[in-house]
Amino acid sequence: MASRSRDAADPAEQRELLTAGDVARTVARMAHQVIEKTALGGVEAAPVVLLGIPTRGAPLAARLARHVAEFCGVEVPTGILDVTLYRDDLRRGPTRPLASTELPDRGVDDALVILVDDVLYSGRTVRAALDALRDAGRPRAVQLAVLVDRGHRELPIRADYVGKNVPTSRAEEVDVLFTETDGRDAVLLRPRAAHGGGPG
Amino acid sequence: MKHLLTAAELDADTATAVLDTADRLKAALLGREVRKLPTLRGRTVVTMFYENSTRTRVSFEIAGKWMSADVVNVSASGSSVGKGESLRDTALTLAAAGADCVVVRHPASGAAHRLAGWLGADPYGTNTSVVNAGDGMHEHPTQALLDAATLRERLGSLRDRRIGIVGDVLHSRVARSNVALLSTLGAEVVLVAPPTLLPVGVTGWPVTVSHELDAELPALDAVMTLRVQAERMHGLFFPSVREYSIAYGLNQARLGLLPEHAVVLHPGPMLRGMEIAAAVADSPRAAISDQVANGVHVRMAVLYHLLAHREDA
Repeated sequence: MASRSRDAADPAEQRELLTAGDVARTVARMAHQVIEKTALGGVEAAPVVLLGIPTRGAPLAARLARHVAEFCGVEVPTGILDVTLYRDDLRRGPTRPLASTELPDRGVDDALVILVDDVLYSGRTVRAALDALRDAGRPRAVQLAVLVDRGHRELPIRADYVGKNVPTSRAEEVDVLFTETDGRDAVLLRPRAAHGGGPG
Repeated sequence: MKHLLTAAELDADTATAVLDTADRLKAALLGREVRKLPTLRGRTVVTMFYENSTRTRVSFEIAGKWMSADVVNVSASGSSVGKGESLRDTALTLAAAGADCVVVRHPASGAAHRLAGWLGADPYGTNTSVVNAGDGMHEHPTQALLDAATLRERLGSLRDRRIGIVGDVLHSRVARSNVALLSTLGAEVVLVAPPTLLPVGVTGWPVTVSHELDAELPALDAVMTLRVQAERMHGLFFPSVREYSIAYGLNQARLGLLPEHAVVLHPGPMLRGMEIAAAVADSPRAAISDQVANGVHVRMAVLYHLLAHREDA
């Protein structure tokens, strides 16, 4: 899917929550936490697989994998898991284009799968991802990593790794920008547009 | 998308979106033990076939089931059609019974279009989508989509590719749908057939017409051979099967005239030894079983684009 333009909003209305430097430091810290919590590189450690949820979970997963390799020398397989076909809100909007799904060659069986997304909001995307994952195989355990947790959960779901907790109102929108998809790194907070998309 | 009635009504963006969805569905199901997606849970698809079919009907049924839709098959024999019920009443009955989508194959050209009109003005106020699975000698849009999916897979893009369609163009809905879709997607289409098997209006189509197969083969990126549709023929269109086969049959020698990368397609059912030699049909250059496999993904994509969105969107 072509990424929606996230940099087009009126600059007067938006506030920069994380700068490019903040994003880099935050992702690096999350990578350290992944290594610590999964005991990566240890003898007993289960194999870890990072699965990014499109659109912006995919570049975040790739960055985490790069940092993990740099910090502890372990190459973690990464993949992309599109959850569109498992969403519970398809009947509430126009046809959603599908993104690609690319699972690592080893699959997800018996691995510690870390789902990666940019923003955690209602929790419905993660619910869809858990369903999609069940059809892809049987991981040993599943964890969740998000760059921003903005609250307002509608399901009993929480993240294991959080880059930044941001208290928001439902009338606001959090936009994560990555160089890979948007040309620069930043996290922005802005008022929700009248025709804004569904919660992510 | 509300209905899929013809390939001609698809613009390049819509057709590409459906083909991309089909590719993604194929990738999502690749190597999986459980080939089932929950996307169309609670939706009902009825296939209504007034003509014989193996692959199209099975393909739609599997596509619906893999998307978790409930699929019901109705055939003309064994239904109230045998008691004299009209197409309109049968369709309204199926809509009233709760069909979200009716997939129809009918010997009369324009049947799917009429059906969509009737269901649009449905006195019961139901909201049923119609998919044309072949109407007489008019169109078979999902066949064109699965052919395009197969060609994209084998050749990359379709832009500026030269695709030959050989044989009984006159009676072929597959040819009509392919001419429309392939030219929309930027390919050049060459029709190769004896003059008796070309429609009168062919001069107005976006195609080149030829009667000499051997002269065309070296410049083609793909060749699609059509079955001679004896069941629709009322009259003499060529002297004998043997003579037709010699002039227009795709045999081993002709396979050698095609460029190395060229793909052989056949919409099926094949009459081996007539329009295609057994050795050609079974060669690795033939993508005939790929066409069938892609047919399921393309029909899943069509159902997704028809049924998985807000009704007014």
